[in-house]
Amino acid sequence: MRLDLGLIASLAPELAQALGVTVLTWLGGALAAVLLGFVVALARRYGPRMLDAVLGAGVEVVRGTPFLIQLFLLYYGGPFVGLALDPVPAGLFGLAIYGAAYFSEIFRAGFEAVPPGHVEAAECLGLTRAQTVRRILVPEMTMLVLPPAVNMVIVLLKETAVLSIITVPELTFQISAIGSANYAFVESLFLLACFYWVLVEACSRLGRTAEARLSRFRFAHA
Amino acid sequence: MTWKLLLLLVQATGWTIVISAASIVIGLAIGTVVSAAMLSSSRALSFAGRTFVSFFRGAPLLVQLLLIYNLLPALGINVPSRVAAIVALSLCTAAYQAENLRGGFASVPRGLLEAADMLGLTPLQQFWRIRAPIALRMTLPALTNEAIMILKASSLVSVVGVIELTRMAQDLSASTFKPLPIFATAGLLYLGVNWLVAGGARRLERRLRWGAKA
Repeated sequence: MRLDLGLIASLAPELAQALGVTVLTWLGGALAAVLLGFVVALARRYGPRMLDAVLGAGVEVVRGTPFLIQLFLLYYGGPFVGLALDPVPAGLFGLAIYGAAYFSEIFRAGFEAVPPGHVEAAECLGLTRAQTVRRILVPEMTMLVLPPAVNMVIVLLKETAVLSIITVPELTFQISAIGSANYAFVESLFLLACFYWVLVEACSRLGRTAEARLSRFRFAHA
Repeated sequence: MTWKLLLLLVQATGWTIVISAASIVIGLAIGTVVSAAMLSSSRALSFAGRTFVSFFRGAPLLVQLLLIYNLLPALGINVPSRVAAIVALSLCTAAYQAENLRGGFASVPRGLLEAADMLGLTPLQQFWRIRAPIALRMTLPALTNEAIMILKASSLVSVVGVIELTRMAQDLSASTFKPLPIFATAGLLYLGVNWLVAGGARRLERRLRWGAKA
């Protein structure tokens, strides 16, 4: 290892900024993906049949094609249809669409797992549709969707590395630039891989803790 | 889109399939060894297996790919970029497949293995005739998912200059200034291949289920 600690220290501000971009695109993209995915799942459940078919086809296309191709379509193809985005917004938008397709399926499965009797009971009691979603569907499915949702958030963290290809100045992009400028490619990439590894492990631990905490709610309506 | 462009994209799809298939098969072999290590009673082996799985599932594939692409020459191993790409994809999918296979191997009924012992089958025979077929059948749906994941993930090898569907689409898009139709076609080709894989796997699963009944 010819990794120079002084070199790392001198690059600290750049690396901190790159880390900021990684975290921003990851959490921003994940949050947008969760919200959009939830809206898509609701629209498929309560909307007209045509909308369900269209959204279903869209979800299949997003899930069946590589994220990189979607990014290229958005970043290089966007300007041809009046959607010229800078790298960071394009990355955020791409992550949101990509994640939303998966989250919508997670939520759809969650909705379907809620016993129909509970929804019918809510109707009998005169709850509006919004109330049924908020007070019956969401609380009942939370336990069920948590593990796949945490998993998807972790997948999105790893996909932020792909944003480097459309020149989003996040960690992978900056480390590659630094590595090639200093001929320390292998060392810096190894450290980068370990960094993501630690972050992913920490997230999945956090997810398991959250599941354990929430599991006391599972018996309430088992 | 002209016919010529479409033909080039279809040809490049062939490379995507070759790279993905090679990675899946090599990954299955490595994954079997790693899952055996994870299930081993030796603590060191099982720790090594779990660390392998955790690392290759924890780091982004793109970073693993860049790392291996740069690491091999640094170790004095000079291979074409296509080989480096297959090595990286294989190691990554091996980690996911090991985790799936671990479940498959753990689900082999003890009684079958005891019966095999009684019949005097050697451990190697037990592996090939009892453990492996049952584990493979149990994990076939997961293996299909993994194959589709790898087909999609193989688009990343375009970054290290391997000519496959994504790289070809990038080159054609740069030379024709028509990114929309070209990347859309590339996307449809990925979708088509994935459909074929999913459909083929469904048929295979049905076949194997009949076999299981007999």
